[in-house]
Amino acid sequence: MTAGSPQTNPTPAIGAHTRAAGGEWVARLAVGTESILVPVAGIAVSFALFGVFVALAGANVLDVYYQMYRGAFGSWFSFQNTLLRAAPLTLTALCTALPAQLGLVIIGGEGALVLGALGAVVAAHTLEGSSSWAVLLGMGVAACAVGGTWIGMQGALRTLRGVNETISSLLLNYIAIGIFKHLVEGPMRDPASLNKPSTRPIGEANALGSIPGMDVHWGLVYGVIGCMVAYVLMRRTTFGFAAKMIGGNPRAALLSGLPVHRIIIVACALAGAAAGLAGMEEVAAVHGTANASLIVGYGYTGVLVAFLARQHPLGILPVSVLLGGIGASGGLLQRTEHLPDATVNVLQGILFIVILASETLRGRFNILTPPIQKTQRPAAAAPPAAA
Amino acid sequence: MTETPLGFWGLPLALAGGALRVSAPYLFVSLGECLTEKSGRINLGQEGTLIMGAMSGYGVSYLSGSAWLGVLAAGCVGVVFGGLHAWLCSSRRVNDVAVGIALMLLGIGLAFFLGKPLIQPTAPRLSAIELGSWSHFAPVRAALEINALLLWGVAAAFAMRFFFQRTRWGLLVRIVGEDADAARAMGYDANRVRFLATAAGGFFAGVGGSFLSLYYPGSWSEGLSSGQGLMAVALVIFARWDPVRCLWASLLFGGAGAIGPALQSIGIIGGYNLYATAPYVFTLVIMVATSSARRTIAGQPAELTVAR
Repeated sequence: MTAGSPQTNPTPAIGAHTRAAGGEWVARLAVGTESILVPVAGIAVSFALFGVFVALAGANVLDVYYQMYRGAFGSWFSFQNTLLRAAPLTLTALCTALPAQLGLVIIGGEGALVLGALGAVVAAHTLEGSSSWAVLLGMGVAACAVGGTWIGMQGALRTLRGVNETISSLLLNYIAIGIFKHLVEGPMRDPASLNKPSTRPIGEANALGSIPGMDVHWGLVYGVIGCMVAYVLMRRTTFGFAAKMIGGNPRAALLSGLPVHRIIIVACALAGAAAGLAGMEEVAAVHGTANASLIVGYGYTGVLVAFLARQHPLGILPVSVLLGGIGASGGLLQRTEHLPDATVNVLQGILFIVILASETLRGRFNILTPPIQKTQRPAAAAPPAAA
Repeated sequence: MTETPLGFWGLPLALAGGALRVSAPYLFVSLGECLTEKSGRINLGQEGTLIMGAMSGYGVSYLSGSAWLGVLAAGCVGVVFGGLHAWLCSSRRVNDVAVGIALMLLGIGLAFFLGKPLIQPTAPRLSAIELGSWSHFAPVRAALEINALLLWGVAAAFAMRFFFQRTRWGLLVRIVGEDADAARAMGYDANRVRFLATAAGGFFAGVGGSFLSLYYPGSWSEGLSSGQGLMAVALVIFARWDPVRCLWASLLFGGAGAIGPALQSIGIIGGYNLYATAPYVFTLVIMVATSSARRTIAGQPAELTVAR
């Protein structure tokens, strides 16, 4: 009662009651308006708080806002930079959002991303000499397999051993980065990389190309497709329905004969595959090799994206663009306002906290949720009459 | 420490010395987390609190010239962070695990932002107590150097056990952690108790952070803490919510954290990055070993969502 899971969401109940009452669209509109208005207000409040913070740090607030806008969306060039950063975020956010449908809080995107990147590099080296299509396909499959195994393992530990998945996924992030650094600075190091230990490059020919007409690579399309597939999977298939059931009440799901363990492990593996794919795309399109530049916190920002999007697979898309924009504006803030590079992290932290706190506002505005109180009792009394 | 005349015996010595040095942050954070979790909430933001404590402790020590004032300031910052966590979580529908993650990210961001000017200057550090002055061997003396803060932590562990077992307030914290409704029925405000417990827990985590920046490693940098606050949360589960067991577990974790540097000190350098993951692997193995899918862990406060 004190600390419910993030999935305690009354929306299905509202829908069910009002369908009986015949006012479905009113309820949908109300819920829809609320689920957009509350986060937008939250984002506005966060930016206001951030403004107070930078003002205290001695910067000109309006100028900071303007530079952020300029750095994120101000020109075609900066918008493409934003999209470049949004691409991995869409996939790492899925790493948190998919398990969240089952009531799990998984923060392991960072680890799955770096290991997926390693897997992709190994695949590229193994398939050296094949056509670039084969290499890219191999890289994608390897990255998904590695990432999927990594997060799937966390799901298995959770469901089979009862190990808290939040803590284990955070610990495994550190372990994954340790393994990554060990391999990149040791056995897999390219002797030609002197200052910055890196693996052997995957080769220019095998790089992931740009979307025609833009300087943004195809990874963005992977992310969009990934989110759409996740939406269809979770909202339109029996697997998704079973996952929702487990998220709502694992014991009831078990009693109704669902293979709970298997569904949890599969959902976590899919989530990890998404994050692993983010690593592959960063290697294939951005860096061309695996090195420490991959560890820039896309996994952790992805967690924030997932929570901001309220774990909705399609909501991830606009939110990743927003967070990608915040990340893209960081460099400009450093140059023009002389603010430290951690400024972006502060804004992200404020956003995260305000959005979580705003959850408590849900259902408190009577205009937005008229059907709950009014139809609950008649609807509860209706079934006997109908039967 | 590089030239050791003890040969292979340098390894256990370096491990023991490392355990004494490295364990204090674990001890303080786990004591704070123990107090918080006994009241029925989990605060994953302790990692952020630890880093904020390290930064502010170093900053105040640098500005005031007194390291102990820095420790106090770090504790106060911890109270603010703990209080923020408790205040946010007291609202309906706000999830304590998620707020903890958010506070972790905010704490790290804030500390890096405010700590930028602190990377260069040197602040006064906490002094060491030499337990090994009887020995002629430099490595023995180095290993047995401890800090007064660690002794305070040891005392706090026993005091906290006394608090839980023998005092009225300790009982109240336990009641709230076991059954908030029962506490409410008795006329106590569960949210208020949790607020105080989480804020006090934050104090401990902040002090633990000041140990990092003011004693060992003894300077402020952005790579100062890498998950110690987080491991301390796992450590509380391992210690089954008993402050004195937290003390033993901290020493054990400190030893695991010292494996990498200890191996380096006797000349094994390859695979440093792998040895550095030893504490995480160790924590994970312990979590897997102590958890069970079928029953809750003995001693777990019933209101806690951590191991559902």
